[in-house]
Amino acid sequence: MATALFQRIIYGMVLILAVIVLNFLLIQAAPGDVVDVLVTEAGGGDPEIAAQIRASYGLDQPVYVQLAKYLGNMLTGDLGYSYYRDESVLELLLSHLPSTLILTLSALLFAIFIGTMLGIYAATRPQGVTNHMVTIFSLLGYATPVFWMGMMLMLVFSLYIPIFPSFGFRSIPAPETMLPRILDILHHLVLPTFTLSILFLAGYSRLSRASMLDVLGADYIRTARSKGLSEFVVIFKHALKNASLPVVTIAGLQLGQIFSGAVIVETLFSLPGIGPLLYDSITNHDYPVMMGVLFGTAVTVVVANILTDLVYRLLDPRIRGIS
Amino acid sequence: MKNPTLKSENTVLSVENLCVDFEIKGKQVQILSDISFSLERGKTLGIIGESGCGKSMTALALMRMIPSPPGRISAGRVVLKGEDLAQASEKRIRDIRGGEISMIFQEPMTSLNPVFTIGNQIVEAIRRHKDIGKSEAWKEATDLLDIVHIPAPNRRVHEYPHQLSGGMRQRVMIAIALACEPTVLIADEPTTALDVTVQAQIFDLLNEIQKDRGTCIILITHDFGAVAEMADRVLVMYAGHKIEEGTLDEIIDSARHPYTQGLLRSMPEIKVDPGDIRESLAEIPGVVPDLLHLPEGCPFAPRCSFVMAQCQDLPHYMDLGDNRSVKCWLAQEDSRTKEQA
Repeated sequence: MATALFQRIIYGMVLILAVIVLNFLLIQAAPGDVVDVLVTEAGGGDPEIAAQIRASYGLDQPVYVQLAKYLGNMLTGDLGYSYYRDESVLELLLSHLPSTLILTLSALLFAIFIGTMLGIYAATRPQGVTNHMVTIFSLLGYATPVFWMGMMLMLVFSLYIPIFPSFGFRSIPAPETMLPRILDILHHLVLPTFTLSILFLAGYSRLSRASMLDVLGADYIRTARSKGLSEFVVIFKHALKNASLPVVTIAGLQLGQIFSGAVIVETLFSLPGIGPLLYDSITNHDYPVMMGVLFGTAVTVVVANILTDLVYRLLDPRIRGIS
Repeated sequence: MKNPTLKSENTVLSVENLCVDFEIKGKQVQILSDISFSLERGKTLGIIGESGCGKSMTALALMRMIPSPPGRISAGRVVLKGEDLAQASEKRIRDIRGGEISMIFQEPMTSLNPVFTIGNQIVEAIRRHKDIGKSEAWKEATDLLDIVHIPAPNRRVHEYPHQLSGGMRQRVMIAIALACEPTVLIADEPTTALDVTVQAQIFDLLNEIQKDRGTCIILITHDFGAVAEMADRVLVMYAGHKIEEGTLDEIIDSARHPYTQGLLRSMPEIKVDPGDIRESLAEIPGVVPDLLHLPEGCPFAPRCSFVMAQCQDLPHYMDLGDNRSVKCWLAQEDSRTKEQA
């Protein structure tokens, strides 16, 4: 178990290194750099001044030198400096992270919990109306574009029935004390979370329904019933633990997206998250920030994969034997 | 139709005119037709028949575990110690399951939940029916593993099903079934998926348990060899009907129904010296009828070599006395000619 975990971590680190190098080279291959943007924004350009700025930022050096420096800095925890925003990349990421994490994590957890419950409910009543309702609802949820869903929710719950704010992360000015401050943030996050989770929810309810139907036909479920166990224990102990494996797989994949998976929703609701940061960095050729976000995404994906592996081992003893 | 099964004081379980219907494609199909039998303390009843004849369904009906919908018990009684289980409440029937009637299944490889230790699965059965603490239940689980002859029970109790062989898993299933000292143990083809040597061990174990505890066993099988090994009485089923019942000796020595005779003839005999000529094995021509399109009258008629005009009507149970019965016109003809003679 411990050796397997150690092995996974080593693989993960190699993978992250590869992602960093690849990102760096890709961006080098793209035409234009931040100096072009700065010069254009300053109202046009003297090539000599541009060259001077490049020299001062070290952009005139060969690619391999820049890469070596970048990697060296990464090792010390320095993710670079945003020339465009005049701030360190690490600080930018950290200041944008809380909003994104709260949004994506709560949307994901909400979707997993409610989706699984809906799936179980539908699977245990295969003849019922609810089963068909869940199927139809899932298909609709899956097919609806996120931006449209977000705008409709905004329209209904912010404009016609103004119970939730339509944009931002907190009120201005923010409440003074701690508890109202937290409640204020949560209040702002209701609509974006719901929007984001609809898409996830549809997937989980379909997945857990199919998986549950499959497991409920298994021989060991009949054994459990023949012991005289209540239907609740049969479903939530014997069936759920087996049926949750596919759900964990998908949850693990989506957990990898929590860092940068909400670009559309964050932009729509004007949240100060990683999404808008990435979007701005792309349009402004702010490469260090871009690489920082991609690095963060790579780390999250790798960590999510390791976590999924661990949960798998916890759930299924048959996997524990294999390293 | 009168139930021909006689009841004695030792009767623990009696099934009376049990019928089970399934709704298939909007049509009511009778899966079990008028099944009656009784079970005496410490005895084994063998239920024998081809796949799809309703023998497993009979077992599930006793525990009220028929998948519903589409199935339901449409008539009859299942009387356990004076209580009709067909009418019992859902809560009461859950107390019966695993408490009074236990069942072991055909597929030991898939009948245990792969994600829980075998100890957990035994303890769960114990604590469902007995009001005892966790550590005590775990001790009982270990003892049960010892009773079913699993070596090193202290270690095995913490293992998962995939760490055990098929024979071992079936022993664990038996341990679970024994957990609350049931009155009736239903063994649904308990050895079909196992090696021949392991089969013999499992039968020995079941016989031993019956001797020690006086448990009634219902052995469901398609194998006359297994029945001969275990059963005191035999019930032969065909297409949802009980077609013949009697003691083991009566059935083997003087089967009356053509189907039973056919089943017996289709058993290979092992000879020490088969000689030059090997006899070809007798078979019953034709296949088991589709329950959706059962013929009128006797369901075995299309395959029967003694078929006569009368077989267009369903025969009655012919009581041959001494708790022996057969559902065939031929037997009725025979007794009539005897009477005349």
